[in-house]
Amino acid sequence: MEVVRPQSHRNLFSSNDAVSAPTIPLYRSAPPLEVRLEDFESFAIDRLRVLKGISDGLSRGKKPDEMEKLVKDLWKMNMRHQHASEVLNKDIISHFVLRLVYCRTEDLRKWFLSMECALFRYRFRFLTTEAQRAIMDEFDLTCKAVNNVEFESIKEKLGQVARSMGQPSPTVDAIFYKVPFEEVPELVARRQVFISQGYAYVAMNQVVSLVATLFRSQLSKTLVLTNRKWTSSIREQEKHRLTPIVEALSSSYLGPDFSQPREYAEISLKDIDQVAKSSFPLCMRHLFDKLKEDHHLKHGGRMQLGLFLKGVGLNLDDALAFWRAEFSKKVGLEKFEKEYSYNIRHNYGKEGKRTDYTPYSCSKVISSTPGAGDHHGCPYRHFSEENLRAALSRMGVNSRAMEDVMDKVRNRHYQLACTLTFEALHGVQCDAGINHPNQYFSDSQKILQPKKDSAA
Amino acid sequence: MIPQQDSEFDSNCLKPYYGKLFPYADIFKWMSYGHDGKHPGCDQSYFGRREFSFTLNGDFYLRFQSYNNALELEKAIKEKCPLKIDIGPVHTVDPAKRHAYAQSDNNVFTPVERELIFDIDMTDYDDVRYCCKGADVCLDCWPLMTIVIKVIDTSLRDDFGFKHILWVYSGRRGVHCWVCDGKARRLTNEQRASVADYFRVYKGNENSHKKVSLMGAALHPFLATSYTNVLKDYFEKVLLTRQNLLATEERYEKILSMIPDESIASELRGKWQDSRRSSSAKEDINIVRREQCKQLLQSGKHKSQGLRRCVEEIVFCYTYPRLDMEVSKHMNHLLKAPFCVHPKTGRVCVPIDPNRCDEFDPTTVPTVFQLLEELNNEGLRADVNGERSGTSLGNSVTLFRSSFLEPLQKGSKEEIERSYNLKLQQSKNSIGW
Repeated sequence: MEVVRPQSHRNLFSSNDAVSAPTIPLYRSAPPLEVRLEDFESFAIDRLRVLKGISDGLSRGKKPDEMEKLVKDLWKMNMRHQHASEVLNKDIISHFVLRLVYCRTEDLRKWFLSMECALFRYRFRFLTTEAQRAIMDEFDLTCKAVNNVEFESIKEKLGQVARSMGQPSPTVDAIFYKVPFEEVPELVARRQVFISQGYAYVAMNQVVSLVATLFRSQLSKTLVLTNRKWTSSIREQEKHRLTPIVEALSSSYLGPDFSQPREYAEISLKDIDQVAKSSFPLCMRHLFDKLKEDHHLKHGGRMQLGLFLKGVGLNLDDALAFWRAEFSKKVGLEKFEKEYSYNIRHNYGKEGKRTDYTPYSCSKVISSTPGAGDHHGCPYRHFSEENLRAALSRMGVNSRAMEDVMDKVRNRHYQLACTLTFEALHGVQCDAGINHPNQYFSDSQKILQPKKDSAA
Repeated sequence: MIPQQDSEFDSNCLKPYYGKLFPYADIFKWMSYGHDGKHPGCDQSYFGRREFSFTLNGDFYLRFQSYNNALELEKAIKEKCPLKIDIGPVHTVDPAKRHAYAQSDNNVFTPVERELIFDIDMTDYDDVRYCCKGADVCLDCWPLMTIVIKVIDTSLRDDFGFKHILWVYSGRRGVHCWVCDGKARRLTNEQRASVADYFRVYKGNENSHKKVSLMGAALHPFLATSYTNVLKDYFEKVLLTRQNLLATEERYEKILSMIPDESIASELRGKWQDSRRSSSAKEDINIVRREQCKQLLQSGKHKSQGLRRCVEEIVFCYTYPRLDMEVSKHMNHLLKAPFCVHPKTGRVCVPIDPNRCDEFDPTTVPTVFQLLEELNNEGLRADVNGERSGTSLGNSVTLFRSSFLEPLQKGSKEEIERSYNLKLQQSKNSIGW
């Protein structure tokens, strides 16, 4: 794949077929395409939205039919192109760019692999039978669809197999594939197929698993190879062009970044104590409480809470007053001015290179590792069960909700745990889920504010 | 009970056995799988790449033996007089020369073909047979092996489509199965494991009560067929009475412990504890009790999940084949050759006809001593098959040939011809004038 400057846009890959016979490319080798630099990034971001949407849906425990719809919608919304013939190219290019992005560490590879496989699985189900057959041929699977006559003769046995797995008997229009038993060892081992004369009769959803498994193992191998190539040559070669884009893409949070505080979220100094109790997520509440208690926070905590407060609408002067009030109780006014106020102004983009820092998203908070004396990071991840329960009950979470929250924590779904906390405290459903501490805050205020207005 | 005769067993018996009775030519023909050099598609190196191993007197073990032809095989066996001969896989190269190839990085010495094999040992059933223990077998527990042959042989043919299957008596307390189709020989380890797992039902050890668990609203067709055609009848009509499975408290408690519903178990216990008096000596007590048990479990009065399959689970537990998974899963696993003599019993490892396996009697299998005596008595009467046909071994060799070897050779040659023609076709296509 060659990345070029905006002007030229020559397309070497004929994609007329793609429109008439939709299929899923298998991403076996980078196609000989020329890609514009801006497309390089934007295609990848669009695909990333799809993958993150899938990740979100899965961690919420959406059922298969809900996931199917979700994938369809996500794909439609993000992966279209103004030129219909370009759709396939966008698909392929975006995949290969993301491969560069996500090949670089074990965790990134794992995530990318899971999401691409899930995407593949659901897209596969939407294909026509012929398209599915074509893909199975690509994987050297000698599957043949079972015709009606044969189906009738083995229908009862197929029903027995289905019921032995706790599933309903196959209906008249169910599709089955006849495969040499050697090609489906897992299904044979678990007696999840009917076998006769050396052939296994594989149900549609089992074939999907089979193909998905092959897709997965293929992608897994190539990711490792891509990583090698990245570290050995690409990263250095593309130091000034693609590498910065690639490195930024993996940590991108795709929602609003709360760098511009919304109007209704603007708070002033006198409101802080009140809103901390009602609308701060646990991570910020904890930092806030500790600050009040110790009149100090270490750097990680100052960053996490400080930027959060900025996103919440605290202006620079109020922020300085807030921190000064607390810190001076411990270190004195002079030391505060000398050592801490600079950093606060830095956070607001008033010092140094004047970068206006954005408040941390959940994924950033969760991935930080608090050390001794630190209070930042995600409490759902780092608190012991005992401490977490105590903290949640101090916030006002009832015992039934507590159990649901703890269950999510045990399964390492920290954001879901926070979402459940939000729901328990505000008495409403939070369908969008919590992805950003400032989102928690603004959603909370949205619920509480109208009531305040009506009361007033 | 089969008498133990270790003390008398030594090479004095084996020498004449190997001298006059062991069927070298037949073993060679089998192991050649049609590669006898008569067809241009034959692989001359095939037999030479097969691994054999010998166990000699004094526990010496010779691995990686290989031979280029029947004569060399015969010579080696007669010379070394092994207590046991094992057959291993066909390797990429001649096992005897493996070190020469191991020098290179590619690790070229590796198995490429191996029959799909199964090994069933009666000691794995010790918890469900009361007539014998350990190394012994008798006609009261041998039906368990008959069941194995019927269930597994049927499935190998009907489900997996295999045709060339050899069942062999292991000489003491079990049976071996050799699946010799080309497809079977070329299975990978993973595929072998999947076949073995397909056959696996029993999952227990001394510590678990319920070792058979049949979930789901229906049984897989393979299990259902096995139950209906084999297991049920053997349990009810043979093992129940022969093994007196419900006759004593110790024995019926074992079955009661498999019933998840305590109220049913206690109801039955109550009935049986009382009827220690031999009610009507007419009906066998095991059958009476089984009926009572079945009725309660199937009555539908007590409707709980675990009961649905309880009757079947008990039957499976006491009858379903228990295979040694490890033997089947790896290509390089060695297995004793047919027609060996078992060192502990002196019995010859003879083939068993799966179609008549219920007639097989392990207690009447010829021993090497018996055969030698027959040889002596018959005098030196030679015929086209040597002196063997005059002995009890003659029938076994005939069975081996007619029901296994001949069809196998026919099939093997067809396969060689087919792949040869295919190769010709492909090379013609690539030339493409």
